[in-house]
Amino acid sequence: MDLLELRDISKIYGTLKALQNINLTIKQGEWLAIMGPSGSGKTTMMNIIGCMDKPSAGSVILDGQTISRESAKNLTAIRRDKIGLIFQQFHLINYLTAVENVMVAQYYHSMPDEKEALLALERVGLANRAKHLPSQLSGGEQQRVCIARALINYPMLILADEPTGNLDETNEGIVLEIFRQLHREGSTIIVVTHDPEVAEEAQRTVVLEHGRIAHIHPHGSHPHGGGHDHHHHAEETEVPA
Amino acid sequence: MVISSLLRRRSRMIVALLAVAIGATILSGLITIYYDIPRQMGQEFRSYGANLVIVPSGNEATISMDTVKKAAAYLPAENLIGLAPYRYQTVKINEQPFMAAGTDLAEAQKTSPYWFVSGRWPESEGEALIGQEVSNVIRLLPGSLFTITGTDAKGAAFEREFTVSGVVQTGGTEEAFIFMSLPDFESMMDESGKVDAAECSISASGETLAEIAEKISANVPGVSPRLVKRVTESEGAVLTKLQALVYLVTVIVLLLTMICVATTMMAVVAERRREIGLRKALGAANRSIVFEFLGEGAFLGGLGGVFGAVFGFVFAQEVSVRVFSRSITFQPLLIPVTLVASVAVTALACLIPVRSATDVDPAIVLRGE
Repeated sequence: MDLLELRDISKIYGTLKALQNINLTIKQGEWLAIMGPSGSGKTTMMNIIGCMDKPSAGSVILDGQTISRESAKNLTAIRRDKIGLIFQQFHLINYLTAVENVMVAQYYHSMPDEKEALLALERVGLANRAKHLPSQLSGGEQQRVCIARALINYPMLILADEPTGNLDETNEGIVLEIFRQLHREGSTIIVVTHDPEVAEEAQRTVVLEHGRIAHIHPHGSHPHGGGHDHHHHAEETEVPA
Repeated sequence: MVISSLLRRRSRMIVALLAVAIGATILSGLITIYYDIPRQMGQEFRSYGANLVIVPSGNEATISMDTVKKAAAYLPAENLIGLAPYRYQTVKINEQPFMAAGTDLAEAQKTSPYWFVSGRWPESEGEALIGQEVSNVIRLLPGSLFTITGTDAKGAAFEREFTVSGVVQTGGTEEAFIFMSLPDFESMMDESGKVDAAECSISASGETLAEIAEKISANVPGVSPRLVKRVTESEGAVLTKLQALVYLVTVIVLLLTMICVATTMMAVVAERRREIGLRKALGAANRSIVFEFLGEGAFLGGLGGVFGAVFGFVFAQEVSVRVFSRSITFQPLLIPVTLVASVAVTALACLIPVRSATDVDPAIVLRGE
């Protein structure tokens, strides 16, 4: 079942064509990586998928709903209810503890529940660091708090922007293992990355160049399952480079 | 979570709280002074003498003491500084004519606190206070004996000996008078229960005095109350100007407080721009952001208002003691007024930065800007 569909998406800023005629479908439970050099349109694409920007042309359909025509207010609600965001810079609120940072996402979604927030931290192996402030946590731990915050409201789509970009090898391994676990549990994950090793973990890698999809690499023998028809995806995304 | 997050940002919060508390303190203090000035100045002006004189009306020559009592019933007891009835009669000392005045000496001291007495006020029967002019003419000093002669109310001649208890200087016509107690005067004149005038010193504005005078005129026959215009008018003019000045200062302080609080809150919002972007990225509606910031502002305003109400009273007390040498009365109503004003000003001052907070683009968080 398709969770997200980008139909002929373009985004133009004045004379700059940030994205041009992007067509892409992401199945529920799929793990997709987006790669590309700086200025290739990765961030613009993330913003559009993450309901933080609207395309100049084309449609974005998330869970059967055409979100590209929704108002800013409705996009906020969609982002809150359906998308979990993971950032390269973690973006934790520095005066709130780890568990409170997780509870912030709950607060805007429904009701803060400390027990549930603690369970989310436990899931990323940080139960014993729940009462620590971000400044008392390592980079890897902060990213795991960020992941716990993204997962707390059970989003249907996890959107991660360079999630391992600021981590050392050990912490990168820990974060990727969490992603593998989420994927095994059926989460749909889109990861923007510069790191080919991180991209290799995904079922498909979309490579952007100059605002267009240049290549789509299906990783045929994905070690972590998912059972998606990669050939099908390759066919549907045959676009000019 | 809210309280602990505020505590963790205490350095910022203290700066903002300080801005609000100082503003609220000055505001509350100035309002206290604004409302206390009439009372303070009213009491201050009472040292310049009586501001209402009750005299006989029409063809009447005197007023009975009963009528004075009836008129006194219309005077506000809590604001009445003193009421001194006066009886006058021309008498002679060493064949030279002078004016003798009989009065309630204790009340006269209250209505005429500006009189400067060398020696002391009469305390016992047969003692008199003589004006400086009298003292100069007949060369009498405190402790001197002198004899007053004249004709009493029944036409009989009298001769009465008095002791000078003190010499009074007023800078006015009183310096040509001989003051004695009303019983001494009545015994000398062989007539009682009548006065020529009653001087009243009342702590009230010109309008209030006029209202009192009207009431007495309408309800007490035989008397005609008159305002001492030179006192009431100058008192009114000074009070109006002083109150206008304090009002102006209060408004300016209110504006400065708003600017100060708005600037502080703008700095707080600017500092938390990325956090606001993150909150919006996590799904915070603009309404939630506005609610959070206004809530925080209202909390600071409330807390600052409590400090302001307390320190404002201390500030007003200090000003009152130093300027008027009198303490002020605590107005409980000022606590809710200061609290409401402080919360309203802080919330209003937060509006602009909060509006700019809702304009923050959540995408900036993803871009890492």
